[in-house]
Amino acid sequence: MSEKILEMKNLVKTYIMGDEEQVVLKGIDLQINRGDFLSVLGPSGSGKSTLMNIIGCLDVPTSGTYYLSGELIRDLPEAALSHIRNREIGFIFQQFQLLPRLSAQKNVELPLIYAGVPEKERQQRSAHILERVGLANKMKNRPNQLSGGQQQRVAIARALVTEPTILLADEPTGALDQQTGHQIMGLFKELYQEGKTIVMITHDADVAKNGSRIVRIVDGNLSEGVYNA
Amino acid sequence: MLKESIKMALENIISNKMRSFLTMLGIIIGVGSVIALITIVSGATSTVTDQVASMGANTVTVQVQGTPLKQGLTQGDVNKIAELSNISGIAPTISGKTTVAFNGNTMDEISLQGKNDVYFENTEDVISSGRIINSIDTENKSRVALIGKDIADELYIGKNPIGQEIKIGGITYNVIGILQESDSFASADTNNSVIIPYTTAMGVVGAKYINSMTVYIADELLADTTTRQIEGVLTKAFNGDEDGYSIVNMQSILDTIESMTSILSMMLGGIASISLVVGGIGIMNMMLVSVTERTSEIGLRKALGAEPKQIQLQFLIESVVLCLIGGIIGFILGVSLAWVVANLIGTSFALTASTVVLAIGFSAIIGVVFGFMPARKASRLNPIDALRSI
Repeated sequence: MSEKILEMKNLVKTYIMGDEEQVVLKGIDLQINRGDFLSVLGPSGSGKSTLMNIIGCLDVPTSGTYYLSGELIRDLPEAALSHIRNREIGFIFQQFQLLPRLSAQKNVELPLIYAGVPEKERQQRSAHILERVGLANKMKNRPNQLSGGQQQRVAIARALVTEPTILLADEPTGALDQQTGHQIMGLFKELYQEGKTIVMITHDADVAKNGSRIVRIVDGNLSEGVYNA
Repeated sequence: MLKESIKMALENIISNKMRSFLTMLGIIIGVGSVIALITIVSGATSTVTDQVASMGANTVTVQVQGTPLKQGLTQGDVNKIAELSNISGIAPTISGKTTVAFNGNTMDEISLQGKNDVYFENTEDVISSGRIINSIDTENKSRVALIGKDIADELYIGKNPIGQEIKIGGITYNVIGILQESDSFASADTNNSVIIPYTTAMGVVGAKYINSMTVYIADELLADTTTRQIEGVLTKAFNGDEDGYSIVNMQSILDTIESMTSILSMMLGGIASISLVVGGIGIMNMMLVSVTERTSEIGLRKALGAEPKQIQLQFLIESVVLCLIGGIIGFILGVSLAWVVANLIGTSFALTASTVVLAIGFSAIIGVVFGFMPARKASRLNPIDALRSI
């Protein structure tokens, strides 16, 4: 019996575009257990970015329910959603989103600052996690002194450092060449082996295959049950 | 969090050196000119008021023009003023022209002044040698005289005049002291003067009226009331004719000077603070550019768990730090300029704590006021949109 950490029921998201109401997510039912490595596969315009924003608590559903770690995510004040993101979600972006003026280690410390972790502990935890992703000797480097793969490793370390419930990756290999992409996927698999829960959004079926479980999203509808062999 | 924000603000300012400096320039010029003007004006003010106060802040000067019927004040009028409360002393002056002689040598057109002990007690450095006229001289109408340096030099060649006799207007007096030599810039030339007790001038020489007097006030705070009471006595003395006299209260002159200069200082400071406002708009402009440039950074920070108010605080701190650095540089420049000007025009230079507080406080306030709008804009960015704009 795996622990259920995410549950969506009949989740709908609509946007008002001018006079038109556009339904982007049309009743999504999704359940994620602890330790899952879920790939959300879908073409552009399928609603997968909107789904990711809702999973990541950057946005809230129009109707339906979304429970994350047993907490109902709804239209909460922005500060409350910030706290939930900080605690529950580790974001990994296609473009890495590292702050160019800060060293790798300072970048990794960023979410800990907002979590209110004291400086000394921040340094210890960020150093430890950078070591884990294989960048022990690059901690003082700035992003522009690192390769794309190394930058994504820094971003992964930043996502891991708060020990979030879910690692939420949006096209994590989209900006990398194929070989580097493979290495990053290798790291994802290792994290999966360690028991981390990962949700990966991608349009690339080959990348999606790395997940322990794949769901497809097409035109705002999620089709569950495509399992990786 | 605060420490991190300040650190990040400094890093951002340093990484945009040229832009930060140009933006700060507005604040530097604004704070610099306000501080320079205020410091220069207050230095000049204290120099002028010190000079005026050294003439006696606690005195009321009465000049008597007289009326056709009564050409001056009588001893009786002076006594009435002396009976008023809050008066510590009166120094009447009788002035005229006379002839002095010793051993057959004569000098004409000599200024004769009748004064009393109160004048000498309240005035420093009147004589260079000998003794002053004391209360016994005044009471006894003594025939004693203080003589000017030119008289001493001309009549008593090779002799010490003190203890010698002198004929003033044909009457013999004892020389008891030599007046301090006056330089050519002094308001009154004492070198060709003789001073005798005013009672002697009235009783012996036959002067009828007192031409002017200085009234010494006991409590400066009540100077205005006392001045009005003196005016009352004088008006009565001249039968209601207010043209018979003029009265000058030193404290009121001081007050006038101070209020004039404080208005001047506020006016100049006000004009200079317009440049501060312009500087503040520059800060706001730079912060708005900074918010736009760093939209994706703001989005990322929000995704990582930054609350809107933390984002707002970060940008507000950045603007305040920018203004404070500008304010400190401006303060140093303004104070240096004031120091140079004070030395050039010879006024005093005083740096007060309130000036420091004003400079620092003003720049911080500018930072908050003009940083508020950009900071709020940053805090309200939608993280999804912000993350998308790479």
